Amino acid sequence: MSTNLWILAVDEVGPSPVIPKPAEIVVGLIAFSILFYLLRTRAVPKFEEAYRERTNAIQGGLERAEKAQREAEVTLKTYQAQLADARGEASKMREDARSEGAQIIEQMRATAQEEALRISAAARASIEAERQQAINSLLNEVGTIATTLASKIVGEALDDQARQSRVVERFLSDLEGSK
Amino acid sequence: MSATLRMAPDGFVAPSSSDFFFRPIFGSSIYFTKPVILVALSVILISVFFIASARKAAIVPSKLQFAGEGIYSFVRHSLGEEVIGPEFMRFVPFLFTLFTFVLCNNIFGVIPFLQFPTMSHIGFPIALAIFTYVVYHFVGIQRHGLGKYIKDICFMPGVPKYIYIILTPVEFATYFIIRPATLSLRLFANMFAGHLLLLVFTMGGEYLLMNTILMKVLSIFSFGFAVGLSFFELGIECLQAYIFTLLTALYIAGALADEH
Repeated sequence: MSTNLWILAVDEVGPSPVIPKPAEIVVGLIAFSILFYLLRTRAVPKFEEAYRERTNAIQGGLERAEKAQREAEVTLKTYQAQLADARGEASKMREDARSEGAQIIEQMRATAQEEALRISAAARASIEAERQQAINSLLNEVGTIATTLASKIVGEALDDQARQSRVVERFLSDLEGSK
Repeated sequence: MSATLRMAPDGFVAPSSSDFFFRPIFGSSIYFTKPVILVALSVILISVFFIASARKAAIVPSKLQFAGEGIYSFVRHSLGEEVIGPEFMRFVPFLFTLFTFVLCNNIFGVIPFLQFPTMSHIGFPIALAIFTYVVYHFVGIQRHGLGKYIKDICFMPGVPKYIYIILTPVEFATYFIIRPATLSLRLFANMFAGHLLLLVFTMGGEYLLMNTILMKVLSIFSFGFAVGLSFFELGIECLQAYIFTLLTALYIAGALADEH
């Protein structure tokens, strides 16, 4: 009786789900094979290609950036060196100019002094000459005046040239002696 | 007796495995049943989706490419690279196909109108297990040579001689019978049980709805449970796809390893 019921129960629950249908295994094998072929030939290589390209792009980008940075550093160093050179040169030029300027001023001063001395010496000489000339003409004049005055005073005509000269000479030497 | 039970207007007929078997859609051909059509549909959906998303292979991906690549790179990295190691790339297409195929067919279980997990028909998990079986044995034989491969399986090195009396049959059975059997049964049983559970609540709800007012009200709970369990099922469906692929990867990694 119990066996009978068990069979009935089995009938009721339908075919056993653990017994595979050969047709479904075949369909499964074929379907999986088709899908595998499609994905392997069309999808996977493309995905891998995208990965590779992306990796390259990122790595390439990083490398390029590093290279650019290195170049920039080198350029900066060059510029800094050049700038330092230029600064040094400029200060040297200023120094040169300063010393040169001082030298020029010194030279100018010397020249000016020399000129001044020369001018004053010339002036002095001309003054001396004029004074001498003035003395000479004054002496002649004084001689004449003194003679005239003496002749007038003495009342005696001193027409003799020799005597006149003698008198004048004597008078002048007296004059000089008195000076 | 069963006929009278089924016919009874006021008796509830619990869902059974007979609810998993469909009449052929065209005539009596065994190739035109609902599961077969769903498998064909899954092949079309998966291939169209991934081929379309991979087509451009752009460095900056579109949304579609991003979605496709997300799934692909999940399989590639966490199932391929991390499990198999440096030689993983050879097996990525296989693992990728396996994961997407199982996942898609499992998810059919909660897609409205389709609502049938193909893998609850044991024939399909068996087909997949056959592939895994062939692949990992092939890889092992290729790596170690047939003799050494079998010898390594049967006589695990570094074990006292007398242990082989027990270990050899166990190891042999593990590699050649238990692994493919558990692989296919695990997937099948999870999908079968999950779908049966959903059937209980939806059919129960339907039955209640056809009854008195009080029963109609109670049917809300039954349908509510069915909806909640559908989300639960979705989780299990994804998990089972992952487990199937992960175990395949582990078996391949084991076959590649120097010692088993």
